[in-house]
Amino acid sequence: MKSFLDGLIDGSSLLQAVPRGLVYTVGILLACKAVLLLVSLFAGEIVWMERRISGRMQARIGPNRVGPQGLLQFLADGVKLMAKEDVIPTSADRLVFLIAPYIVFAGVFAAFAAVPLGAGLVPANLTFGLFYVLAITSVEVVGVIMAGWSSNSKWSILGTMREVAQVISYEMPLAISALTVAVLAGTLNLTEIVDQQQGWVWQWWVLRSPATFVGFFLFFTAALAALKRAPFDLPEAESELVAGFHTEYTGFRFAIFFLAEYAGMFLFSVLTVVLFFGGWHPGVPVSLTTGIGRALGFLVLFAKSAFFLSVMIWIRWSLPRYRVDKVMYLCYKVLLPWSVAAMVVAALQVLLTGGR
Amino acid sequence: MSHEPVPSVPHVPGVVAPKAPPVVDASDLARALEERSMGQALRTEELVVNMGPQHPSTHGVLRVVIKTDGEVVTALQPHIGNLHRCVEKIGESLPYYQWLPYVDRMDYLAAINNEHGACIAIERLAGIVVPERAEYIRVILAEVQRVASHIFAMGVYGLDIGAITPFLHTFRERERGLDLLDHVAGGRLLYHVVRIGGVKRDLSPEWIDECHAFLDAVEERLPEYNTLLLDNHIFQERTCNIGVIPRELAVGWGVTGPALRASGVDWDTRRDAPYGIYDRFQFEVPVAHSGVAGVVGDCFHRHWVRFKETEQAIRIARQALRDLPPGEIQAKLPKTLKPPKGEAYVRVENPRGELAYYMVADGTDKAWRIRCRGPSFSNIGVMTDVARGALVADLVALMGSLDIVLGEVDR
Repeated sequence: MKSFLDGLIDGSSLLQAVPRGLVYTVGILLACKAVLLLVSLFAGEIVWMERRISGRMQARIGPNRVGPQGLLQFLADGVKLMAKEDVIPTSADRLVFLIAPYIVFAGVFAAFAAVPLGAGLVPANLTFGLFYVLAITSVEVVGVIMAGWSSNSKWSILGTMREVAQVISYEMPLAISALTVAVLAGTLNLTEIVDQQQGWVWQWWVLRSPATFVGFFLFFTAALAALKRAPFDLPEAESELVAGFHTEYTGFRFAIFFLAEYAGMFLFSVLTVVLFFGGWHPGVPVSLTTGIGRALGFLVLFAKSAFFLSVMIWIRWSLPRYRVDKVMYLCYKVLLPWSVAAMVVAALQVLLTGGR
Repeated sequence: MSHEPVPSVPHVPGVVAPKAPPVVDASDLARALEERSMGQALRTEELVVNMGPQHPSTHGVLRVVIKTDGEVVTALQPHIGNLHRCVEKIGESLPYYQWLPYVDRMDYLAAINNEHGACIAIERLAGIVVPERAEYIRVILAEVQRVASHIFAMGVYGLDIGAITPFLHTFRERERGLDLLDHVAGGRLLYHVVRIGGVKRDLSPEWIDECHAFLDAVEERLPEYNTLLLDNHIFQERTCNIGVIPRELAVGWGVTGPALRASGVDWDTRRDAPYGIYDRFQFEVPVAHSGVAGVVGDCFHRHWVRFKETEQAIRIARQALRDLPPGEIQAKLPKTLKPPKGEAYVRVENPRGELAYYMVADGTDKAWRIRCRGPSFSNIGVMTDVARGALVADLVALMGSLDIVLGEVDR
């Protein structure tokens, strides 16, 4: 980002006239805005996608009125939610109740700062990108605790307890299975991880080692649980807990929870693609460094993540929900040992072959 | 507890006097216990939660007060009566003809079956003979209703477990069944088509073709529902060995219907105490036996029995359609029905269990006393004994598997 802005300043006499710090600040704010808009747009379209796919699966039609094929449905929903009254329960802890949605939102959206959406299309190309993404998404849990606790509602508290236990537990297999790739790649930089997968399909990390192959399935399952997607949607189990931690939220604050959830889905499907499925490389050896190539690369990445989003949606609308103790069993007795084993295999592979 | 003074011990040289036990104050004791428990375990509180009457999986307006220790239910108490509409009392203040529509509204998912029983009870009081064709039509309608009710229950159970898609799939077929009943009766849920001494409308040949098509469609779809529910690994994990109602407990609480047969009791009113013309049909009564999955009496088997019963209901409906005789559909009745003094007790097999009517006639055009025995009411009670120690999620699974209709619990 800084080098990009430096280039911009050097090329323009107008920008050289203003202080550098101001250019940086404005540039970063604009970049944030762009990412925010892009991700919000995607999240909105994922909602539409989910509703249309579930409609097809359930012998219904789904939203098809607003815009072509109902593509603008999320705008109509957003306007409707914003027009609603922002109800705050009298017994709620007012301040915490009010800021909780934004913490959840920030936790998910901050992660996009380090996620590359195409060659060079990354706001902050961090050397510890993977670590940053996994760490910052944990912030979401804090917001959830705040929301559930401050609502002062029993069902919300039950939902919050489930959510916190589940998300914190599943972060372990999630992180460890993601690290199988990092160990083999020898880097935590997401752009570098993608660039190592350039070339034919078998250069993708998922096919390069048994550890990463298993790691992908573990990662995807753990991601479903960390996202509270079915069959792990216990925190929001509508038939048990009504709506979990956001039972008491209405209007715009509810919309923010909703947006964060779908942005999280997009985040984890992009991460799956970046780590295991070649990122923006289409699986054939072509160079994607030119302007058009970058745009194509972005489309490739988007198409791949759309596939994983469809899988998530497909799973959600087919399967019943796990029970709370079985979810914990699955985490600690199945996913965690397997991911540790995958990690050990990856480490051994590095030890024996020198990494490549 | 009063503290008695410790008797003083006379001092004897060489003998150590036993120490007087320290006088313990109750609050001291509590504090001491609390201090001891610190570091060993966190002091926790039980949470009393109101489940319902506005809760998505209480299937109506049931209110269950549950005491939970975390996720574990330690005690629960169902509170009923939110949907009480005095159906029995109204029956004592209205002429027999006019009471029938109220019966529909008891178990609103199986209105035909309700009407069937009520009509038989009144006919028995008044000594009315129903024409053959009307008897067959009643059975056809009742079994179509049973199919619709059972597949609906199966779908809704999926919803309780967390699978939304099977619910909409079963809804699609159920809606076809309701359309069929709509064509005969003119209403989607509340029909008032089974009348005293017969039925209101005749079945047309087109209707019969359509009914065959519906039964075929459901039969074809049943395996499809099973791939989403009964055969599903997560579904089995959620329902097998959960909410087990042992045989004795089921009989003791007066559980009837699929829930009773799921506990291994071989009883079906249609076969063992036939009413109407049910003794003319060939059908099996599915009874849970171990060997499918889980144990007899668990949630899985209640769902399984419902699935098997749907198949049998289709079988009965087909036989009735095949044997449907021509003729009258309504017996000649007086303008005001005044059954002679007497009483009648009629029980019929509702999709949810044994529905019974007790009626006392005093020679006027109104019943002196009407009493209904709702199957859901008895089935709900067993919950208090079974759910203790279960998880909240299991409680939902148990409640859904009993398939209660609150309209009939409260009446």
